[in-house]
Amino acid sequence: MASNGVLRGSDIIAALKKAGVSHVAALPDITTSHGLLWPLSRDKELKLIRLCKEDEGISICAGLAHTEKRAVLLMQMTGFLDSVNSIRAIACEYNQPICMMIGLLGKEPDKKPTESKAFGVRIIEPICDVMGIEHMCLNSEDDVERVPDAIAHAYATSRPLAVLFGKVLEP
Amino acid sequence: MMPRTECFKKIAELRGDAVVVPTYSSMFSWRTISPSPLNYISVGAMGQASSHGLGFALGLPNHKVIVLDGDGSLLMNLSSLVTIANAAPKNLVHFVVENGCYEANGSHPIPGQDKVSFAGLARAAGYAQVFEFDGLNRFAAELPHVLTVAGPVFATLKVIADDEPKQDYGYMHSPERRREFKEGLRPILARQR
Repeated sequence: MASNGVLRGSDIIAALKKAGVSHVAALPDITTSHGLLWPLSRDKELKLIRLCKEDEGISICAGLAHTEKRAVLLMQMTGFLDSVNSIRAIACEYNQPICMMIGLLGKEPDKKPTESKAFGVRIIEPICDVMGIEHMCLNSEDDVERVPDAIAHAYATSRPLAVLFGKVLEP
Repeated sequence: MMPRTECFKKIAELRGDAVVVPTYSSMFSWRTISPSPLNYISVGAMGQASSHGLGFALGLPNHKVIVLDGDGSLLMNLSSLVTIANAAPKNLVHFVVENGCYEANGSHPIPGQDKVSFAGLARAAGYAQVFEFDGLNRFAAELPHVLTVAGPVFATLKVIADDEPKQDYGYMHSPERRREFKEGLRPILARQR
């Protein structure tokens, strides 16, 4: 695992595998590109589905969940915001285990998301709250260790999950 | 132009145990022609049938998956053509039921009605096989090939709506339909394990 205070994509990948994830649907985001998405794209076990638009990923993950395949959707918070109607219907109203991993472009690493100067970052957790989406923000290796259980819980309860990255990922 | 119900009857005759993802007006018509627990109708948001179909096709790589998309619906998720072509599931058949309008929302014309070529869009996106049908005899003759050739397959069906299916959104969003689907899928998943 990484040292405290650093988020490493290698730890995230290990956590996804521990959670039984087989597919990752993704659009590039500069906060996760170097540390996570590029390594993911070279991983032999996880299947990467490159998307053109984030709401496609909500539906793809739903379809995979029905076939007993675990998937996560990796995107920037702008994609989350753009996908709210699909998340509302498919993840929230249909009670499906859509697991989202969200990069927060513009977030200051020493601040909570709700304290960010960036409006698009500040509103993500309140939106999750009002939509009833469980969320967690990763800032350290200890946080990453909670990811497998959070994904398992999402699938066990058939509810959506939002995992936010509190800082830019390193490989 | 082909009567929609006749097209659907032809597909229903050959679907076997395929998972079918119909959407909006197509779904309301299809559900009476080919009722089955293996119809997945809960696409949630307009445009999302094709992406659900991709998820099913990737999760069930040895099983046929058929999408009955709408033209207005596809326009709302046009990028899915490129995503599907790139993922390249051999088991996915993506029909677009092209009636040129937003039938479920007052039959207003789609942008580009009579101009846009859905087959051209799919071909440019990189689908392995692309078909365009506007006559029932040719459609019936070629359908067995369409449903068995290695995909991803795209076929646009130029239709007229010859029925007025009840627009039952409660049925579409019902958790009971998803429970039925889950039960229907159980033996297929058992075979794939």
